[in-house]
Formats: sequence, C-alpha cells, structure tokens
Amino acid sequence: MSAPNKNFDPVMPAALDPANLQANVDAALAAIAGAEDLATLKQVRLDHTSDRSPLALANREIGALPPSAKADAGKAVGAARGRVNQALKAREAELKEAERERILTAERVDVTMVNDREPVGARHPIHSISEHIADAFVSIGYGVVEGPELESEWFNFDALNINRDHPARTMQDTFFVGSADSGAVLRTHTSPLQIRTLLDQAPPVYVVCPGRVYRTDELDATHTPVFHQVEGLAVDKGLSMVDLKSTLDWFAATMFGEGIVTRLRPSYFPFTEPSAEVDLECFACRGESVGNPDRPCRTCSSEGWIEWGGCGMVNPRVLQSCGIDPDEYTGFAFGMGIERTLMFRHGITDMRDLVEGDVRFTTAFGMDS
Amino acid sequence: MRAPLSWIKEYAALPEGVTGRDLAEKLIGIGLEVETVDEISISGPLLVGRVLEIEELTEFKKPIRYCQVDLGGTVNGIICGATNFVVGDLVPVALPGAVLPGGFEISARKTYGHISDGMICSGRELGINDEYDGILVLTEGEVGQDAGPVLGLDDAVLDIAVTPDRGYCLSIRGIAREAALAYDVAFTDPASLVPEMPSDGPVREVDLQYGADRFTTRVLTDVDPDAPSPAYMVRRLNQCGMRPVSLAVDITNYVMLELGQPLHAFDGTKLTGPIQVRRPRDGEELETLDHVDRVLDAADVVIADDSGAVALAGVMGGLTTEIDEASRSVVLEAAHFQPALVAATSRRHKLSSEASRRFERGIDSDVALAASNRAAQLFAALASATVGGLVDVDRREPIMSIEMAMDMPSRIVGVDIPEETVRAILANIGCSVEGETVTPPTWRPDLIAAIDLVEEVARVVGYEKIPSRGPAMGTGLGLSDSDRLRRQLRRRPAELGLIEVLSYPFVGEGELDQLGLPADDPRRVAVRLANPLSDEQPLMRTSLLPGLLAGARRNVGRGAESVHIYEYGQVFRDVETVDAPVAPAGSRPADDVLDEMLSGLPRQPEHLGFVLCGDWSQAGWWGVGRPVDWSDAVRLAALVARAAGVEVEVAQDAHSPWHPGRCARLSVAGQVIGHAGELHPDVVAAFGLPVRSCAGEMDLSILLDAASPVASAPRVSTFPVAKEDVALVVDEGLAADAVREALRSGGGSLLESVRLFDVYSGPQVPEGKKSLAFSLRMRADDRTLTDEDIAAVRESALAAAGELGATLRG
Repeated sequence: MSAPNKNFDPVMPAALDPANLQANVDAALAAIAGAEDLATLKQVRLDHTSDRSPLALANREIGALPPSAKADAGKAVGAARGRVNQALKAREAELKEAERERILTAERVDVTMVNDREPVGARHPIHSISEHIADAFVSIGYGVVEGPELESEWFNFDALNINRDHPARTMQDTFFVGSADSGAVLRTHTSPLQIRTLLDQAPPVYVVCPGRVYRTDELDATHTPVFHQVEGLAVDKGLSMVDLKSTLDWFAATMFGEGIVTRLRPSYFPFTEPSAEVDLECFACRGESVGNPDRPCRTCSSEGWIEWGGCGMVNPRVLQSCGIDPDEYTGFAFGMGIERTLMFRHGITDMRDLVEGDVRFTTAFGMDS
Repeated sequence: MRAPLSWIKEYAALPEGVTGRDLAEKLIGIGLEVETVDEISISGPLLVGRVLEIEELTEFKKPIRYCQVDLGGTVNGIICGATNFVVGDLVPVALPGAVLPGGFEISARKTYGHISDGMICSGRELGINDEYDGILVLTEGEVGQDAGPVLGLDDAVLDIAVTPDRGYCLSIRGIAREAALAYDVAFTDPASLVPEMPSDGPVREVDLQYGADRFTTRVLTDVDPDAPSPAYMVRRLNQCGMRPVSLAVDITNYVMLELGQPLHAFDGTKLTGPIQVRRPRDGEELETLDHVDRVLDAADVVIADDSGAVALAGVMGGLTTEIDEASRSVVLEAAHFQPALVAATSRRHKLSSEASRRFERGIDSDVALAASNRAAQLFAALASATVGGLVDVDRREPIMSIEMAMDMPSRIVGVDIPEETVRAILANIGCSVEGETVTPPTWRPDLIAAIDLVEEVARVVGYEKIPSRGPAMGTGLGLSDSDRLRRQLRRRPAELGLIEVLSYPFVGEGELDQLGLPADDPRRVAVRLANPLSDEQPLMRTSLLPGLLAGARRNVGRGAESVHIYEYGQVFRDVETVDAPVAPAGSRPADDVLDEMLSGLPRQPEHLGFVLCGDWSQAGWWGVGRPVDWSDAVRLAALVARAAGVEVEVAQDAHSPWHPGRCARLSVAGQVIGHAGELHPDVVAAFGLPVRSCAGEMDLSILLDAASPVASAPRVSTFPVAKEDVALVVDEGLAADAVREALRSGGGSLLESVRLFDVYSGPQVPEGKKSLAFSLRMRADDRTLTDEDIAAVRESALAAAGELGATLRG
C-alpha cells in the first residue's frame, strides 16, 4: 500500500492505471471463459474477486487519491469489477444448466419396463354384473333385496303356488336339507324374495333381487348346481302386461344397447299368470343372420333371438298368500339367469370357467363387467 | 310329446301347404313349447323295391347277402348285411345319388366282391326310428314307387315340451285343438268320431273305493293274438317315439296318443273276480311290468282282483295279468284317477310312465268312454275281437264355474280387448260362457280362477300385441346406506389387489379336519343335505376358508406362484337339524307361524374371507419381492372394516386354522367379527400351499350393523405440529397396541397421533423385555404448543404407559 498523499500531488498509483485495470479485467474474463466446470469457476472467482485479487487491491488505492480523483477512479474500478462479476454470474448459470442437462440425460430410464410389483385386484363378473343390473333398476326407483340361500319350503314353493305334488319339489331338482320333510331347501330360484318382500313391505313395491340359487344338476359346460339369478318384482295399483313388457324392453336396452327389445312367448310358471318366456333380440346381429347363411351369428345361432328368462303377472294366489288383496293390486315379476346373461354378453363358452375360481378368468374382467 | 304334422292335420283344418316349421311357430305363439321339428331330410331316389333273389355270401366273418331287387323298371344287385327279410319282401331302397340323413351319400360301389347298386335301408338309416339291427320291411307300397309317402317321410314331427298346466296337449287331440286355435280354423274332435260300441255281453264288475272318480271296464273276447299291427299304427307309434310291441299294446298306446286317455289292457283269463280300486293292504306287494317287486304304500292306489293287487293305478300294470302272445280275452280299463295320488305314487316308487305323466297333469275327465269305444273299435277291426260288456262307474262332480268380469283381460293385459272377443276366445277353447259365468271344458282342469281365463285370452290374442312404452317407475330412494356399505365391503379387497372368486358352498368333514378345528368348534355344527351332489361334501359351509383354500390350491396347481384371492357369501351356522313347519298357502300366515318357519332356519350371516400365498409384491427389475406375512392379513381385514367406517380392535388369539402365535382376533365394540393372520403350518401343508400362507375371515353382517355411514367431520388444525419420539422398554408379552393405546389416552386431546415405528429385542434391553419406539405428534386447535405444553403431554402419556410397566429406554 502507498503512503497517504499528503501533498495532494495527483500521482496515479500503478494499480489504478487504466491499462493495468483493463489487463486485470481481461485476465479475469479469460479465466472465467476458460472455466469448464463449477469447481474451476469457484477458483476463478477466488482468484479474481477475493480481497487479494488485483481488482480488490486497486479498489483500496482509491482511498489515497485526492478527492478530485476519487470519483473517476471509483467509477473505473467499479466498472471493471462489475464486468468480472457479471461474467462470473453468466458463466455460473451456463455451467449449472449444463450440469442439470448432464444429470437429466444420465438419469434417463426405459419407461417400457413394466412395474407389476404390487398385485392388481378384480371382481368376479357374476357379482359385478349383478351390481350393474341392480344399479340400472335403482335408477328407476327400485330397491335392492337379498335373502337367505337356505330357505323355508313355504317361501320357496308353497307361497309361490308350487303345490306339494309339483315335480319341482323332488330330489331330482331340489337340494333338501336334513330330511326331505325338514321344511327347508336350498332355494331353487330367487322368487322366495318376492314373498319375503311382500310380507315385509306394503305396496307399492318395486324391487330387484340378485342372488345365488341351487338345483341338483351336475356341473358341465352349460349347467352348474350353484348359479345366480336376478328377480324383478313390481306390485302396485293398475300394473298390466304392458308395464311388464315395457320394463323388460328397457332392461334389455340398458344391458345390451339402445333399441334391443324383448319378445314374450306364452309359458307356464305357477307363481305368475299370465306367464311368458322372455327372448332377447340378438344384440350381436340384430336379427340380420336369420335366413342369411352368409352372415351366421354365433350368439343366437342365427335365430335372431336368445332365450333370456321367464316373467309374468304375479299370480293372485301369491298375493293372497302375502296378505295382499289381488282386487286392489296387480304386479309383475321376471327372472333371468346371471350366468346365462354373462355367457352370451361376454362370449363365455364354458360354464366351468365361471365356477372354478381361476384367477386368470376373473382378472380379465377387471373391476366391472 | 312328439306329434306328427299329418296326424294333427286330420283334426285341424290347417291351410294348404303349412309345414312343420310354420305350425311350430304358430304353436309357440300361443304357448306350446315346441322344442324341435324333425323333418326327415332325404334327397334323391328312394324307392320301394321287391326282393327277388338272395345269395348268401358265406366267406365273410358276418352274414352278407347279395340281393336282386326289383325296382319297377330295373333290377339292381345290392349288398346287404341284414338278414331279417325274405324273398318277396318289400323294402326301401336308396339308389345312387340319394343323400340320407346325416349327409350320407349313396353311390354304386364295389364291396364284398360285388357291385352294390344302392342300399336297402334300416329305420335308423332313414332317420325314422332307432332300429338298426334289421332293415325296414314294408307292409304296403307298389314296386318302383317313391318310398317317401309310404314311410311317412313327407311328414314332420313336432317335439313339444308340455308344461304342467297343459296335460291335454299330451295327445294329438289336444295339440290339434291348439293348432286349430292358432290358425283360427275348424277343429274336429277325434273323440266325436268314435262310434258307440256294443256294451252288452259279459262284464267285469268294478268295486270303486278310492283314488278315481271314474272307472270303466270293457270286456273283449275272441281276440286274434296273431293279428299284426297295421302299418299306419306302427308308423305313428314310431313317429311319436313309442316302440311297437304287439297289437293289443299298440292299440292302447295309439288311443292314448290320439285321445290322451291312458288305457290298460289286462289278460281277462288271468283276472279272478271283480276289479277293486282300493288302497293297498298292509305290506301288500306287486311286481310291475318292469319286473320290479314293489312294496305298496298305504296312500298308493291299486287295481286288484281276488288274488290281490294287479296294477299300480295310473302308473303301471302288474306282471301277473300282462297280455301275452296267446291272450284271447282282454279287459280294458279306462279311468280318471286323482292327479295328486298318481303324482305321489309315481314319485314314491320313482316310476314315471306315459300314463302317470298324463294322469299327473290331469287328463280330460270325460274322455274315458270314448277311449274305451275307440280301442274296442280297433280291437274289433284289427283283431276280429268280439266287443263285450261295459261297466262304467261315474262319480264325477260337476265342473266348477268361474266368475270373471269381461273387462278383466283388458285390465291385466293392458290392451283393449272387446268383450265379444273375450267371449269368442273362451268359447273357442271349449268354455261355456253365460253372462260373466264361465264353465271350463272337461279337459282343462287347470282353469280354476279368473286369472287362468285371462291367460287364455291373452295368449290367443297374442303377446306380440302388447306394446312397449317407458318402464314402470318405482318409488324408491336409491341405494340405501346399508346397500352402499355392503357394496363397499364386498368391493374393497379387489381395490386392495385381491381377486374375487366364487366357490361352491358344499364341504365335507374331511375339510373341517384339515382346518384342524377342535371337536367342539361351532364351525363343525353344519347343516347336512339330504341329497348332496357328492357324498364327500354333504355339509353346507360354516366358513369360507375350505372353499378359498381349495381355490388357492387349484390356482397354485395351475402354475400361479402367488395367489391373493377373496370371496364373500353366506355361511350356514348354528343349526344341524332343520325343522321348519310349512304353513298352508293361500293367505298370509299369522306372525307367530311366520316366526316359527323362519326361526327353524340356520343363521346365515355373510362372511368375507381371503387367502394370501407367496409374495405380496413380487421380485423384478426393481429388486427383490416381499413375501406375504401375518400383518398383511390383519391390515387387509382392518382396511375392509374401515370401508364401513369401522376400526377393528386387534388382539392376540390362538384359533384354528391359524398359526397359534400369529393369529389376530378382530373385534368391533367388543364383539368378535373374525380372525386374520398366518395359517397353521399343518393347514398350509394339508392344502399344498406355499409356506407361510396367510388368511382372514370376518362376519360382514356384524360389521354392517356396527357401521357408521355418516362420518362426522374432524377439525383440521392449522397450527404447527410438535413431534417427540419415545422408546419404551416393556415385557415381551405385552401387546404393542396396548402400549400405543395407553400413550394415546394418556396424552389427551393435544396428542394428535401415536405411531409405532420400531421394535427391538436383543442385547441392548434386558432379558424378557422388548423396546417399542413410538413417534408422538402433538398439536392444538387454537394455538401453537409451548415447550411446557409439549412436556406435559409427553409426561402424561408416559405416565399412562408406565402403568403397564413401560419404562423409558435409557
């Protein structure tokens, strides 16, 4: 450091010589430009901006200058330091950006590698389609009713107008519990839920009843001793077969697509009268395969219709057994096999796939069907 | 019932050109279930030929004939393997170019050393019947004529599944009546074509005591036992699927098919004394025509003579009075038995016959006499029999009439059906209608109430006339809270990664043994089926685990390394012997009767169970997998319960089929809902599952009762949280959750949560102790906690834990 200039002789110290300042700046800028990574740049910063750097030393000389010279010298040194700091900052930003690029590039992965680490669940289609059907009916104001599978004979048969001598009440068709006269069976249909509902609720009654039922069939590709049905029941004032047909058409459209309708064929069930078989218009070919050998349809065997279930007007004797006056109320009921519905809706060809519990089968249906 | 179109056409004036398929469609439209229409599909030349010469070829292993057959214009040499014909017989011959049923093409070919120029056909080859051990020898026809009409091959046969309400359609008479109705054409009742036959001469007396309201006997003598059945009768019996036997039997069957009245022919010489229709005597036995000795039941109805029972009424005749090849005297029975009695007898003796099928459904109560006359007419004409005396015991009640408002069909069907139409339809089906009083015909015992008449009107009007509009709208309020909760519970395991399966609810004692259930376990109290599918599995399940474990084993057997499956469904508990009274139907049973019927049933709660085998997360490019463990099972159960808004309480338990040290008892409000944990190694081995497989089972019904569908909202504080970790040394046997719960309750309302984050036992803690490390989070609703607050919470939490013997770890 120079001695104080006591005589106010304007002597310019060498460190503040403009050429010298420029040289220091040039050296700093060259070093900054030459820094290829953040560590080098850090050293460059130390060399050119720390307290011992030439520019810092130059700055100190300003204090010794006469007041008239201080301003100019301060400006010159400030500009020089500013250029160096700016260049440092810019270079640092560049290097940081480059570093981030490098890391991101290095971190690239193959996103086509599959992560199947955690198990993925699935619903059984029998149950998801049952909920699907129930939801449809809930949307038009029906309730959902379930009930016991081991049922009193009165509910399964007698109250449904299936009398003691009816062939269905033999061991050829029905699982009896304990002895044949225990008064209890494994329910052979979901229709006892009609009785349970009508004993429990005063009309108007609108319910849909999905559930598991039993018949003494051996398991094969088209039969299973344990299967599922969904029952619909409406009891109200003034219901007619038009309501029945309209509701079935609506149901068909809901499950199989707009415009798909049903066809009723007269039939016999003890608990409905009049009774009918319900056929479903083939949703696959919409009848176009009928008499058209060039366009055979596997879904309906080119018949245009698929047998879907049974239906009818609730037999007044059934209403009476539930304490409902058939002169005041009428009702309709229908029942469909869930397995059957699933089989033709999803092209399932072997009933055994539905009952064996193979996870590969269920998985294909995901959470809904 | 198989019904030939040609036979139907005899009584129903169907339009020209109606085919079997046309008729089937129409019959379906009015409610007959036509299952198939058999139209015999033969194309190409099929002629009637006469056998001129037979050369027996003996050099082959089986008899082979080389025949010369006259076909009118030509004589063809034909090889034939059958031997049931002689020179001069008429036979059906398929010539080269013909295609037989099944697409069997006939061509001239060399076989057994000769050119065979066509084929002599059996009934089976022509699709007429199942006879294949001989060719079909014709009883009529001209040489060289088309054999089709002779064989009835231009005919179609409708196979109709007759529903229980339409017994009258188990006859050509009934089906023709329906056909006429469907086409709205004239019907000629075949019963009305039967002439009155002589009824004097020797009689067989009848003592009618029980089981029938009409019983007739007719005596026929001088029956020619050698007279053959005529071709038309044989053809029709074949078409209807009945085997021709002998003329006497064929006549009774033919008349039954024609008129629907089952007949029985006794050999008159084998009957002694008058016929009794009565209950069997104590221990009375009968050998029926199927050579089965039957011990009769007091409720059976028998036909008896002085020797005892000779027939099981309405079901089958007895062997001792059977018609044989020498019978010259016949006693013909035509009766009307009570349907319920025949049905019960048929069921009791596991014996269903053509007769019982008809009586069960109810035959025309007024056709017995016509059928008797018809059979007598045929015996006289075909077997030159002398028609003898008739005994007719008739105790029928008049048919009950039905009151029906004429607008009822319109009301029920929902379509306007004019009163004249209603009356006309009822008259057409045979009812007499006066005002609003309708009397059904004798052949419709199923018509007993007004609604039965409505159905008749509806089906004749046609269901296709019923229009469609919007669905009938209900009055419900959508899924109930419990519906939605039930669905949440049922769906939750799938959301958590499990796959739902369904298994049959049948189990055997062996499976309960495999689970290691103790003898007094309530899950051994199971309902037993009277007629199980398999004797191995006669019980209804009391737990879902046997089915799930079998399902897991099946999946492992099919190559799955890890299996996570679940099932929900009813189990059948607490009742071994069901004894439920059955009330009469027709009116609402009294409440106590209803209660009694329902209380006899077993409790049927809905359970949810799951089985976890192998890895929970599998190994892969990310690293190693993680095997399932007991805590996965407990967590799953807790998460399922939480779907219903319920926190389960977990406690240590030892319960089969779980590992005695790794079984959690799950409770809600003190009530046990199930168990979860690792399975006992013996159970894992018994079911062939991967080691350390886990399982859980819980009662959803209890969970649903405890569920709180509407959660109350928590207050969410925005003040800062204070965290403290504490490590406590406790007895090794002390439940971690008890310590956690002590800390939580001791910490009071400022303690937001307590979480176990580490467990240690080893050299750093004394023998018999373990160290549990908990993190405490504290927060106030209304302020930032001070150091003093935090210290106070910590101290009171530790004090509560201290009461369990917990000390701060040094």
